[in-house]
Amino acid sequence: MGMITGAEILIKALEYQEVETAFGIPGGAILPAYDPLIDAGFRHVLARHEQGAGHMAEGYAWATGKVGVAIATSGPGATNLVTPLADALMDSVPIVAITGQVPTHAVGNDAFQEAHTTGITMPATKHNYFVTHAEEIAQTVAEAFHLASTGRPGPVLVDIPKDVLNARVPWRDPEPVAMPGYRPTTSPHPRRIREAIRLIESAERPVLYVGGGIIKAGGSEALAAFARMTNMPVITTLMGRGAISDHNPNTLGMPGMHGLYAATTAMQKADLLVAIGVRFDDRVTGDPDAFAPFAKVIHADIDPAEIGKVRAPEVPIVGDARLILEAMCERWGDTPTPELEKWWTTIRTWQERHPLRFEQQADGPLKPQHVISRLRDRADDDAIVVSGVGQHQMWASQYWRFDQPRHWINSGGLGTMGFAVPAAIGAKVGMPDQQVIAVDGDGCFQMTVQELITAAYERIPIKVALFNNAAHGMVRQWQRLFYNERFSASDLGQQLPDYPKLAESMGCAGLRATRVDEVDHVIETMLEIDDRPVVAEFVVDRDEMVFPMVPAGGSNDIVLNGPEDL
Amino acid sequence: MTEQQVLSVLVENKPGVLARVSSLFARRGFNIHSLAVGPAAEPGLSKMTIVVRAPELEQVKKQLHKLVNVVKITELDPGSSIEREIMLVRVRANSRQRSEVLQLATIFRATPVDVGVDSITFMVTGSPTKLNDLLELIRPFGLVDLVKSGRIAINREPKARKLKAVG
Repeated sequence: MGMITGAEILIKALEYQEVETAFGIPGGAILPAYDPLIDAGFRHVLARHEQGAGHMAEGYAWATGKVGVAIATSGPGATNLVTPLADALMDSVPIVAITGQVPTHAVGNDAFQEAHTTGITMPATKHNYFVTHAEEIAQTVAEAFHLASTGRPGPVLVDIPKDVLNARVPWRDPEPVAMPGYRPTTSPHPRRIREAIRLIESAERPVLYVGGGIIKAGGSEALAAFARMTNMPVITTLMGRGAISDHNPNTLGMPGMHGLYAATTAMQKADLLVAIGVRFDDRVTGDPDAFAPFAKVIHADIDPAEIGKVRAPEVPIVGDARLILEAMCERWGDTPTPELEKWWTTIRTWQERHPLRFEQQADGPLKPQHVISRLRDRADDDAIVVSGVGQHQMWASQYWRFDQPRHWINSGGLGTMGFAVPAAIGAKVGMPDQQVIAVDGDGCFQMTVQELITAAYERIPIKVALFNNAAHGMVRQWQRLFYNERFSASDLGQQLPDYPKLAESMGCAGLRATRVDEVDHVIETMLEIDDRPVVAEFVVDRDEMVFPMVPAGGSNDIVLNGPEDL
Repeated sequence: MTEQQVLSVLVENKPGVLARVSSLFARRGFNIHSLAVGPAAEPGLSKMTIVVRAPELEQVKKQLHKLVNVVKITELDPGSSIEREIMLVRVRANSRQRSEVLQLATIFRATPVDVGVDSITFMVTGSPTKLNDLLELIRPFGLVDLVKSGRIAINREPKARKLKAVG
């Protein structure tokens, strides 16, 4: 049998998993793997920072549903991956990270670029591996991909010492993965489905509260069918935007801290929450003791630990969200669709009384909501929107109209600033024929801006709509509301940097709009340019705040609809 | 105060498993009272006995289950399980007190394992209650040193099956 190096086995093992693209940066300990990588049957995108590589892998995974791959060297290479790993753990994003490690004999001796990678990433991964023998590489990679992509998806890290990459061993196909301690339940218990349907049949004010679990499970069709059969209003969390079309009349949009009034209030007044693929996050519930006080709860999730973690449900269902919804549809069968007339009338009243609103004056400062709305109306129907974290993220989620799953990508749980640009690159690599638009804020943008060089160099023509309010906008909003307008360390400077020039220096097109009458033209130009990345800066009103708002920790009964409610 | 609960956790015998379990407890804010680990009957597996004081034991169990190396978790009921600890205790005892201390020790079936001029060291095994009772009685003599193992525990065989086996 022919002997090959551990590094060659690693590349072959990645090919075996049908990897199409890996994102990474070479360095001392991982160098052996980068040699056979030249001949690999997949693409490698050279990021400019390992955090960027990690978020690219995430963006790729979000957009395609496949496992994203990031590669880094030992020590700082690995520690720079910690943020994307933690991000992927919070948002259940399937990625596999491969890190080089110092040679086995040096491990534990404080060698150059040594860090205890498996120790550091233990609480930031679904699972991690330290490979001690080259013979184990193929099987370990197979297990890593299996763990990342099944059950509740998440990040898995494989750490390989340099001597293991250099060792010569024969290739052996990995065996089917069998782990005694890992058997996720996917099929829901029929009795639980019966109990759930019984509650839904007798509910007067039911609400479907759905999240990222639906998208991961590919459950959108079943969700739309079930919503149609039961006539229930559907609320999509930040992670679940696009799980059902925003054009579906049953959809109420996002709930919670910056959710739409009707969505948040429908949950508060509901007598039944049908929660599927959600985790009762504090940004959704507000004060958990005051959350949905009249509601019985059906909670369905692939992760049993989420059920009862925040709210004890009347009906717990463990399983895959798609299978659960399909089982519910089947069980519902020919049951007549409930009218829920009173409930819908109430909800429509809330919607009419408290729509999203903003005021754009023709000669006034540019409102971010106006820009998002214009961009939404001009972008392709199947454009993928990727956002960072903060005000712009909330406006994007509020004002975009998502028609399908996997068209909205953001950092939901961890709230990682700097996510948008690299994640958009990963998404565009995975979905090259679709428009990929990063909606970003200036604070976020400056954290990972160097990845635009990656995008330009690798010819990944993403589009960045940059909302420049010269501030950490959400921080500024909280300082305005809760800290007596003492704007401590939240000012970023209006003219610094000159964003179009910065973009151009990195090989991208740079545009800027400061007045209302410039917006449409800049958007059209930005959408037209397709031979390189483009950054369109929108200089927006720095005093604009995100509403509706439920102050942190407050009850969802008290929604501030605008500054007049303060 | 919440009562102590005893979990018997079957884990894969892989490097870092103990770190994974303790890191999980630290991260989720669960309190470990004691933890003892050793090889299990099945090859390649280890058995951990974890004593916790957790108001939300269900959450502890569910989070533990998410660790890929955790194979099985059994909650042990004190009424139907056997719990043991081992203790090494050195107590002050000069020639005048020696016989009194030895007498006490005999009642608890504590074995003297080291006798010196000023102290005696005992080894004693038993239920946590028994060890604590002994400690209280010998404390007045003066404790010089004390080491306790973590608790280990095992389920009793279910009654029904035992009767069947006998009859």
